[in-house]
Amino acid sequence: MTPLLEMRSITKTFPGVKALDQVNLQVMEGEIHAICGENGAGKSTLMKVLSGVYPAGSYEGEIHYDGQLAQFRDITDSEHRGIIIIHQELALVPLLSIAENLFLGNERAKNGVINWRETFARTEGLLKKVGLKEAPSTLIEKLGVGKQQLVEIAKALSKEVRLLILDEPTAALSEADSQALLDLMLELKTQGVTQIIISHKLNEVRRVADTVTVIRDGTSVSTTTAASGNITEDRIVRDMVGRDMSDRYPPRPRNPGDMLLEVSDWNVWHPEQAERQVISDISFNVRKGEVVGIAGLMGSGRTELAMSIFGRSYGRNISGRVRLKGQEIDVSRIDRAIANGLAYVTEDRKSLGLVLDETIRTNITLANLPAVSRSGVINENQETTIAEGYRGALNIRTPSVFQKVVNLSGGNQQKVVLSKWLFAEPEVLILDEPTRGIDVGAKFEIYGIINDLAAQGKGVLMISSEMPELLGMCDRIYVMNEGEFVGELTAEDASQERIMSLIVTE
Amino acid sequence: MDTTNKSLGDYFRHHMREYGLLIALIAIMVFFQVVTDGTLLKPVNITNLFLQNSYIIIMALGMLVVIVSGNIDLSVGSVMGFVGAFAAVMIVEWQVPVSVTILASLLLGTLIGAAQGYFVAYWKIPSFIVTLAGMLVFRGLSLWLLEGQSVGPFPKSFQLISTGFVPDIFPAGLTDALAAMSGSRNFNGLSMALGVVAVAFIIWTGLRDRAHNAKYGIEDEPQAFFVARTVIISGALLFVMFKLSTFRGVPNVLVSMVVLTVIYAFLTANTTIGRRIYALGGNVKAAKLSGIKTERLIFLSFVNMGLLAALAGLIFAARLNTATPKAGFAVELDVIAAVFIGGASMSGGSGKVIGAVVGAFIMGVMNNGMSILGIGIDYQQVIKGLVLLAAVFFDVYNKTKQG
Ligand SMILES: Nc1ncnc2c1ncn2[C@@H]1O[C@H](COP(=O)(O)OP(=O)(O)OP(=O)(O)O)[C@@H](O)[C@H]1O
Ligand SMILES: [Mg+2]
Repeated sequence: MTPLLEMRSITKTFPGVKALDQVNLQVMEGEIHAICGENGAGKSTLMKVLSGVYPAGSYEGEIHYDGQLAQFRDITDSEHRGIIIIHQELALVPLLSIAENLFLGNERAKNGVINWRETFARTEGLLKKVGLKEAPSTLIEKLGVGKQQLVEIAKALSKEVRLLILDEPTAALSEADSQALLDLMLELKTQGVTQIIISHKLNEVRRVADTVTVIRDGTSVSTTTAASGNITEDRIVRDMVGRDMSDRYPPRPRNPGDMLLEVSDWNVWHPEQAERQVISDISFNVRKGEVVGIAGLMGSGRTELAMSIFGRSYGRNISGRVRLKGQEIDVSRIDRAIANGLAYVTEDRKSLGLVLDETIRTNITLANLPAVSRSGVINENQETTIAEGYRGALNIRTPSVFQKVVNLSGGNQQKVVLSKWLFAEPEVLILDEPTRGIDVGAKFEIYGIINDLAAQGKGVLMISSEMPELLGMCDRIYVMNEGEFVGELTAEDASQERIMSLIVTE
Repeated sequence: MDTTNKSLGDYFRHHMREYGLLIALIAIMVFFQVVTDGTLLKPVNITNLFLQNSYIIIMALGMLVVIVSGNIDLSVGSVMGFVGAFAAVMIVEWQVPVSVTILASLLLGTLIGAAQGYFVAYWKIPSFIVTLAGMLVFRGLSLWLLEGQSVGPFPKSFQLISTGFVPDIFPAGLTDALAAMSGSRNFNGLSMALGVVAVAFIIWTGLRDRAHNAKYGIEDEPQAFFVARTVIISGALLFVMFKLSTFRGVPNVLVSMVVLTVIYAFLTANTTIGRRIYALGGNVKAAKLSGIKTERLIFLSFVNMGLLAALAGLIFAARLNTATPKAGFAVELDVIAAVFIGGASMSGGSGKVIGAVVGAFIMGVMNNGMSILGIGIDYQQVIKGLVLLAAVFFDVYNKTKQG
């Protein structure tokens, strides 16, 4: 095999941050090459250098592609050479159809007039290739993230792709969707498409990767091939964090206390479709010092349940009661829900959790400004001290809390959202996919924070699509399917099989 | 040595926007000072500059808040004209006392703002549409109210809002001595004293902020820049106040303008309500999920805008000593342009009060200078349009270059 791509001594600096420092990467023709590393290690930046998002001249080092020195000026330039990148954040136009999105900027047209017949025919072919059963005219906004991801890949295939780069493609996908995507990657490999995948899900890396390169603090620390038989999760983790990590879940004494949160007879209807009931008759509780999980497939209504409780931020005709420490509380508006001790960490940090153009500091205090102000005047010194405190406690990788959040890596952004809600000092913290896109080391830190909260007698309600995480962390797990709770398991009884069978038998 | 030079250059490049604005204002002033043979900075013209632009600056304060929250208000010119007309009719035709008229007019502006804000905030109708409707409605209403005629003149007490000067508090003997020293007929000691106090305040807060930044390890302006900037601003301030003192002293409107600017700068930068408005402009969904009452804030930003437009309407009518159906025509464009020249972003979430004020002065100096030169209104419009485009282009260009 010959190398298709060689990146030599790539160095990239941003004001105040050296994101990449002499990184080397060699990708063989026809292989699947995984890149692993902690949040902020520089993985996405490396791929942006490769694909021309950061043009030649804005970094140091050399890129050799297909035997030639490559100096891409922009993405179109690299796309012409067959390098297609699917970014961590999806980039489809929600109000256009699948077909329109697939050929956006690359329209099947003659003299500017679109040939719809050809467009649709080719779309059908591409959708078949990626295994997506949707009509080409379906609007993107009607699709879940999993299907959108497949559309992105179909879009890549619509061009002459030789090197496909996927930046955390499965971060937002359900187990089944992830499997389908990994199968598709293996299928594309047999067709000769070289692929680079960035992922924090090491089991997936192990499953598909021929070679793994680990990046730590902006430098490449190791490259391992599957052929050598050395790709193991423990080894990748060790290279990533620079030490051995024996436990993935920090231990916690499990002794739930008094009743904290009780939700009863909770019903919610869809915000637009009046007849559609999204949540039916759900009742559950969380005790002091307890971590309670909600398992379920994507679209089972877990986020909708959480958001409807959190100040009716989702849904219509909401009915039911919420009690905290035995007292009924008012959760009819978000500010009231917060005042009454609830906090909700969203699964969609970019559009619902952060003000991206603001600094880390202002994002952290946003939900609890009264705590850093007097008579409505903000005490900025105190604010800075608090933000610095969270930067230290959660190990947010950034030169200063005055960085704009948009400049942080995905995982570090997640830590900012978490800090914001920790600072709101809730009684019950609702976490929606709290470790999405987060590296193993940081996950461990976040689990530690969850345990600390529980130890202080707070309650944690955790929604997650990663079953091992629920099993490792929770005292109790509710299983949800199609807007209803279909079972409740204690930590001792719970297993992946039992959860799945509860979902399936319903 | 080489490294410090490089970092100074770097710093300048990253803060091009802020320095650029100041440099642009100075450059424009120097330019017109030269081409008007020194007329621009004559004491009487400096006084005029403040009188002519006060209402734009006052409305720019409210507009900045509206734009930061992610909206726009196209109706301010019409509202300003309508409130002026309303005040004129009250005073001249209905013989209502001036103080009552002022209160009633401010209330009227507030209600207009509330009405528009209601539709924008609670019915989610785009502000562009609501205020475009408002612009037509209030333009029409002023025509109707004035029956197409000019209404005036006003009693002295009303005119003072805009044409009055703050009386000197120093004894006449001192005034005469200073006048003799400065070689002018007149010398207003208060004006000069205020200038000195303001400069002392600027230097003091500047040093205090630097000390604070150093303590918290926040990256700060290099010392050379800080000194240069402070010297330029202080010098300009002392110069302007000196010129004013050799004429009639501090105009009343200058006082209201400065007081309002300081209040709004503080409100936007240091209070929870200001912080929330920026957050809401930056990402309304995230702000909402953080417990911020986004609708109420949007509503209030329009109420505030209505109040300031009413104040501007009173000042404008008082200065012209008459209310005309054309008052406030196309003024919204100058106000909005000032805010964007000052660096606010169209999509909301960013922009500074001080930027909007400097932006308004840039527009004001250009208006004034071109009028002195006798440049026709046609060319004036073209030039102002190009300056707006250039300012925003400069902004965008800088951002893309920084990648
Ligand atoms: N435009 C930018 N300006 C300043 N710093 C940046 C910018 N983009 C990235 N960085 C910094 O560069 C470093 C690497 O970021 P990058 O996004 O490549 O991390 P990553 O390895 O993809 O992490 P994650 O797993 O969290 O996605 C981070 O410290 C980040 O804060
Ligand atoms: Mg990344």
